[in-house]
Amino acid sequence: MAQPLLEVRDLRTHFELEDGVVKAVDGVSLTVRRGRTLAVVGESGCGKSVTARSILRLVEHPARIVGGQILLYGDQPSDDPLDLLAAKDKRLRQVRWSEIAMVFQEPMASLSLVHTIGDQIIEAIRLHGGVGKVEARHRAIEFLGRVGIPDPKRRVDSYPFELSGGMRQRAMIAMALSCRPRLLIADEPTTALDVTTQAQILDLLQDLQQELGMAIMLITHDLGVAAQVADEVAVMYLGEVVEHGPAASVLSEPKHPYTQALVRSVPRLGQRGQGRLAAVRGTVPPPYERPSGCRFHPRCDAFMAGKCDSTVPTRVRSDDTDVACLLYGEEER
Amino acid sequence: MLRYLARRLGWMVVTLAAISFVTFVVIKLPPGDYTSTVIANAEARGQAIPESQIAELKRHYGLDKPFLVQYWTWISGVVLHGDLGQSFAWNQSVASLIGNRVLLSIVLSIASLLFVWSIAFPIGIYSALRQYSPGDYLASFLGFIGMAVPEFMLALVMMYIGFRYFGQSVGGLFSPEYADAAWNLGKLLDLISHLWVPIVVVGVAGTASLIRITRANLLDELHKPYVATARAKGLPEWKLLLKYPVRMSLSPFFSTVGWLLPGLISGETIVSVVMSLPTSGPLLLSGVKSQDMYLVGSFVLILSALTVIGTMLSDLALAWWDPRIRHRLSKG
Amino acid sequence: MVQTIQAQPAPPPQAEPEVVKSLRDHGALPQWRLMWRQFRRHKLALIGLIVLVPIYFIAVFSGFFAPAASDSAHTALPYAPPQRVHFSSEHGLFVYGYSSTRDQETFEQTFTVDKNKIVDVGLFVRGDEYKILGLIPSDIHLIGPVKAGDPFFLLGADQSGRDLLSRLIHGARVSLSIGLVGVLAASVLGLLIGGISGYLGGPIDNAIQRVIEFIMSIPTLPLWMALSASLPDSWGPLTRYFAITVILSLIGWTGLARDVRGRFLSLREEDFVMAARLDGVSRGGIIFGHMVPSFASHIIATVSMAVPTMILGETSLSFLGLGLQAPAVSWGVLLEGAQNIRAVATAPWLLAPGLAVVVVVLAMNFVGDGLRDAADPYK
Repeated sequence: MAQPLLEVRDLRTHFELEDGVVKAVDGVSLTVRRGRTLAVVGESGCGKSVTARSILRLVEHPARIVGGQILLYGDQPSDDPLDLLAAKDKRLRQVRWSEIAMVFQEPMASLSLVHTIGDQIIEAIRLHGGVGKVEARHRAIEFLGRVGIPDPKRRVDSYPFELSGGMRQRAMIAMALSCRPRLLIADEPTTALDVTTQAQILDLLQDLQQELGMAIMLITHDLGVAAQVADEVAVMYLGEVVEHGPAASVLSEPKHPYTQALVRSVPRLGQRGQGRLAAVRGTVPPPYERPSGCRFHPRCDAFMAGKCDSTVPTRVRSDDTDVACLLYGEEER
Repeated sequence: MLRYLARRLGWMVVTLAAISFVTFVVIKLPPGDYTSTVIANAEARGQAIPESQIAELKRHYGLDKPFLVQYWTWISGVVLHGDLGQSFAWNQSVASLIGNRVLLSIVLSIASLLFVWSIAFPIGIYSALRQYSPGDYLASFLGFIGMAVPEFMLALVMMYIGFRYFGQSVGGLFSPEYADAAWNLGKLLDLISHLWVPIVVVGVAGTASLIRITRANLLDELHKPYVATARAKGLPEWKLLLKYPVRMSLSPFFSTVGWLLPGLISGETIVSVVMSLPTSGPLLLSGVKSQDMYLVGSFVLILSALTVIGTMLSDLALAWWDPRIRHRLSKG
Repeated sequence: MVQTIQAQPAPPPQAEPEVVKSLRDHGALPQWRLMWRQFRRHKLALIGLIVLVPIYFIAVFSGFFAPAASDSAHTALPYAPPQRVHFSSEHGLFVYGYSSTRDQETFEQTFTVDKNKIVDVGLFVRGDEYKILGLIPSDIHLIGPVKAGDPFFLLGADQSGRDLLSRLIHGARVSLSIGLVGVLAASVLGLLIGGISGYLGGPIDNAIQRVIEFIMSIPTLPLWMALSASLPDSWGPLTRYFAITVILSLIGWTGLARDVRGRFLSLREEDFVMAARLDGVSRGGIIFGHMVPSFASHIIATVSMAVPTMILGETSLSFLGLGLQAPAVSWGVLLEGAQNIRAVATAPWLLAPGLAVVVVVLAMNFVGDGLRDAADPYK
């Protein structure tokens, strides 16, 4: 297999709260391939957002990255990968935006409301591009045009609150792409938008990916979104990746019982009259009490007493998918 | 924007009219009027004033007219001729009596405001950025103390220290040799060397509360998503903090004038009494005590007017500073 | 609760981590217990409370704790300095008396501690008469001279030779209660007007807001001065006390009213209010059964911050001679004696009531701060 772009190995990010430690991300490993889209899916609270933020070391107190490696590979196979968790602050700041950029969920909250969008884009371009004001402004306008904002020459001087929600997210994307990063991390980029705008933004992301050849790591709770754009899918549950493989395999023939339950719970067009939607049984356990053995066992339909509640499953390869479940393993290992 | 300005100005005029009326009501509230003071003073000297003379006095000062007529006479004089009326006790026109004193009050209040800003903002910002550091705790503690010590108490302590350990009285704004001299550079320098004590004393309470507000505002902003965006962009930490959250949290810088100014003027009044500064405070107090109604009315009117104007200026400055407010104004 | 992926609403952006939020759903505790738990964690607030409780206790039973009545004077001993309590096996507890000398030129009287004069001091001694809680007559004092009438000035004496400590303790009654009474009055006004403004909205709201802005734009002290100067001199101490309270609260209600209005405005849009309305709950039922309880703790915190402001207001007014007037005693009235800097220079203990004000206000601010934190237990 070709060298990946980004490899997250055994990432652990914990929230050190007064009442105890919440292990929001506890041993996440995943891989982003060059020029491809990886969708990270899971229920709210499974740690996917924290994972995304940990990559650029953006987590703040009380959260703390306590272990793992985040390896960013260079263009040449001979280059040594850079471990972002071990990198010096200055080196990390160079990586931020110029190599890995981010798009956040709420464009209104993620953009400063007292600066024009032009100001905020130009700032990034000048910081990493080493170009003059005029040139940077030129590029800002160019990117605003590229993401489909009409009349970018005028809009560059607008404040975020003067734009609609969809336009704001486009501006945010323009800002993220302005330094031509190799990886774009999009954290629920369409959740705050209506369905039509959502589709437009997803299309836009795919087009730009073709054009600029970057990889995308898309954080979403929506399997539909993942199916639409992802080349690969990583399914997270309670702070770890339980299944990781090509989108087609994971979403059409899920291996892990949790993924299976997720897929069953998505309503499908044209399938009326088949009774109630299947939900994932039970609830997410309280954050201080992680179940023993396989973390999913209290909610699992395929629970094997005496095994699942005592043995921690390791990730094993089944067909083209990695899966962390005791149903798989032994014979295939 | 122009429409907003016009509306704001119109509203200011209405407010001032209301203040003048309320002021007049308040100063007319006490039973009796200035003649009661005259009678009481005379009685204290063991004299009696004949009824006819009292009636004459009342007519002289217009105190026999109905309430609204008295108000109208006063306010029309103020607006049309800048005539604030006569002080009964001093037998002088109020304008000549208080002109210099009001000017000094303004100087003192604005100087205190600048003092408050220049101290409170840096400390508040530092406190928020270094939350729970020893410096933060120290600032919070001093802030609590500053809010708990009444201005006059602080003034008394300062004067006590000056009197006891430096053998000089800290009161007053001028050294004796300059008190009645015409304005020149020497007098100005003398004023400044005296002024810092009252400025500090008046400013302490405002500084304390502004530190708390700045800190709380900045703490609210520090963890907003747009700060994470700026960080993700690779900006150095200090640069991004100053450009984004600090800038956002400084909006109060402009809106504080509105609530700081009344407090500063209140503080200035009482501190001036204690330190016997030649500002509006002592004269206002004696006027209040002797029911010298036009004097008191003019003071309250002028001080309130200054506050209202100050508040309006700060609102305009806020609109200039914060594009969101400009946006709202241009729409509404 | 069954969670399906599709139905799960998106979490708010980074405002709080998802984990913290789910924590909240699991650890539901009754609100008052949560508040107390949070309050206890605020060390300064706890210290404030520990300081305030005994002070209020002493103020309530001031007659017992004060060595003398507020008006009992040793006219021969003006500005007598503080005494130290000594102990010896021979005398038990005692203080030294004074001997005075008069400067031949300035006629200024100075006192020195005279080690030959010994004033025996006892606990639970008989002295000036007073009434416990204004009802039960008694003359027992916690501490005082064994022989009633001997000079006993632990904090020194004022210009008329009255014991400052006794006056400080008696003055606490007024100074400490005026804040509470004033805030009570201001809260009623603020809740009522703010509630009307926020619940009704529209032109009424607009008018009320303009009035509030108007009141807030007047510098408080000149207005207070003008208002309290309008009180007739003929009024007795009690009437004056209430008048001053009313004056303080007339201006103090505005902040609370704004706060209440803001809460009402935002609550009107909340789902649970809408649900109550659809359920056919009456207007009063919605306001007092649903809306007020949801921000009651917040209001209490806001109100508690207003108490020290009122105390400072009374002190300032009385200090200027415009609030309460002698023979009534409050800390402000006592401080009026310290207006003259020469008097302060000879008798610095006259500033003691000021120290008392600072301590009480500081403690109250701590408690208020703790209450405010506790009002948002999850923040």
